[in-house]
Amino acid sequence: MTTFTIPGREPLFSGKGWAALLAFLLASVVLVPVLFLAVPESSPFHLSAYFVTLIGKIMCYCVVAVAMNLIWGYTGILSLGHGVFFALGGYAFGMYLMRMIGREGQYQSDLPDFMVFLDWKAYPWYWSFTDQFWYSALLVVLVPGLLAFVFGYFAFRSRIKGVYFSIITQALTFAFMLLFFRNDTGFGGNNGFTDFKRILGFRISDPGTRATLFAITALYLAGCLVLTRALIRSKYGRVLTAIRDSESRLMFSGYNPLWFKLSVWTLSGVLCGIAGALYVPQVGIINPSEMSPANSIEIAIWVAVGGRGTLLGPILGAGIVNGAKSFFTQSFPEYWLFFLGILFVVVTLFLPKGVAGWIASRKSGDKT
Amino acid sequence: MNTDDDLKGGVTSGLGHIMPAGVDVSHGPILYLEGITVSFDGFRALNDLNFTVEAGELRCIIGPNGAGKTTMMDVITGKTRPDAGTAFFGQTIDLTRFTEAEIAHRGIGRKFQKPTVFENHTVVENLELAMKADKRVRASLRAKLRADDLARIGETLALIRLESEAGRLAGTLSHGQKQWLEIGMLLMQEPKLLLLDEPAAGMTDEETARTAELFKQLAGSHTLVVVEHDMDFIASIARTVTVLHEGSVLAEGPMDVVKNDERVIEVYLGR
Repeated sequence: MTTFTIPGREPLFSGKGWAALLAFLLASVVLVPVLFLAVPESSPFHLSAYFVTLIGKIMCYCVVAVAMNLIWGYTGILSLGHGVFFALGGYAFGMYLMRMIGREGQYQSDLPDFMVFLDWKAYPWYWSFTDQFWYSALLVVLVPGLLAFVFGYFAFRSRIKGVYFSIITQALTFAFMLLFFRNDTGFGGNNGFTDFKRILGFRISDPGTRATLFAITALYLAGCLVLTRALIRSKYGRVLTAIRDSESRLMFSGYNPLWFKLSVWTLSGVLCGIAGALYVPQVGIINPSEMSPANSIEIAIWVAVGGRGTLLGPILGAGIVNGAKSFFTQSFPEYWLFFLGILFVVVTLFLPKGVAGWIASRKSGDKT
Repeated sequence: MNTDDDLKGGVTSGLGHIMPAGVDVSHGPILYLEGITVSFDGFRALNDLNFTVEAGELRCIIGPNGAGKTTMMDVITGKTRPDAGTAFFGQTIDLTRFTEAEIAHRGIGRKFQKPTVFENHTVVENLELAMKADKRVRASLRAKLRADDLARIGETLALIRLESEAGRLAGTLSHGQKQWLEIGMLLMQEPKLLLLDEPAAGMTDEETARTAELFKQLAGSHTLVVVEHDMDFIASIARTVTVLHEGSVLAEGPMDVVKNDERVIEVYLGR
């Protein structure tokens, strides 16, 4: 019998893979903080707060791409509403950050500025306990998780698939955006939450706080990667890919796809929620535009550009697209959407497996 | 939400006794369809179909396109719910009450008309996924192949002659090899009843002959229902042939008798 890899027995990462992971962690937990905090501003090696915040923000997007890849790249379910989970995680943590402003707001009131402006006298019931860090952290996981679970249960049980599912997710995020735009909803209307001051007693604008948030985001991104790899290497992961490639074969093999889809869908939503919670203190604002349908479509573009169903592709894609976005929106703001559109068309036509798939095929030598 | 428990068997059948986890064929038939009617937008794909298969039988089904062969398989495997009629697997398992996955678990394996394998998995991974096991989420997160699992996969690889292709992606196999892989996947499920929709399509003569050999070997310990158009193939394996026409049984009996039946010649074999 010829040699073959016994399913599930290949190592989690190759030696090179572990080395790369370690290098990434050292760079983000040690090198970046040192260059940012300790190296004087006059030195060419100094990293600016702008740069640290930008990379921290892009790493949050990378996590979203990784989560999207789990559901789209590996399981074949295209969500065009993943922004809603990201934003809900961000809002859940933003509530805590708003409470931590205390009386430092414009109106020097116990209530957030937007509530004073609306002439509200007390916090609505759903703001209860949000001044507790642990409770907000719990909401960050529970709110996106519960929404994903309930929505996913009904959609997958009704066997809604393909483009129908994508359209419904698009409607979902749109509905939430409209809801959060309303002042009456109690989340700051179209301005959302901003002007944060403190997190766990530390000033948010302190370079030390920024470096810490950056390092935590990097650790979280690395954790999401390891988790993805572990899941995909297990039989569970092979079932997910089987759902993507031939769901009916899988059903007639005795698997109930519902629980597999629902579990990975919910996990994907929760990962996005936590990414949103890390995004808000670094970027300093969360508003309903995060839930706009276009934002969620952009998430899908990151993954398509990087490479669906590859481990590192989504990170590459999120990095490339967002890097290009910050360049364009500064230098040629009016051309950004054209560039994004062209990029998507080019990738779809010429790189069906994205940049990561292209690199892999270059490496293995077959010209496709 | 009862799926997880159902998969273990031993649930009540609602008739006051406990249904055995396995299929009960103590009274003969393993598959029993009575008065099955299925309509799609007014078109009757199955029309009062009565069809029985004894345990251990190798039954062939022929019939012109649109006779209802695939729809019948859909009803048996839970994909389509009949508008009327009863469908039983053994004495106790009412097929109209279960989902595809539950029916597969209870011992009915199905091969599709177009060979359907997991194209981005290796041959070995295809067999691993099909293998009889606890197929729920939590079990699949921890699943590890043991030595006897690997031995079983090895045996099946030998049986379907794909040992030298074990590490290849299934999508790169030839048409005939995919057919065999799918048959191998069915066998890994350890089904009692195998439904095979055009298993020899796209195979070379040699492959077809080997498939016929394999089916004859399986009959007895398994029950096989084979849908085919290749009359030579059917002649080489058939004991009993059922002819479907316009959603019901037109004729049934030994190949020689059916072949000479006037009505069968009229609608299917041609003069």
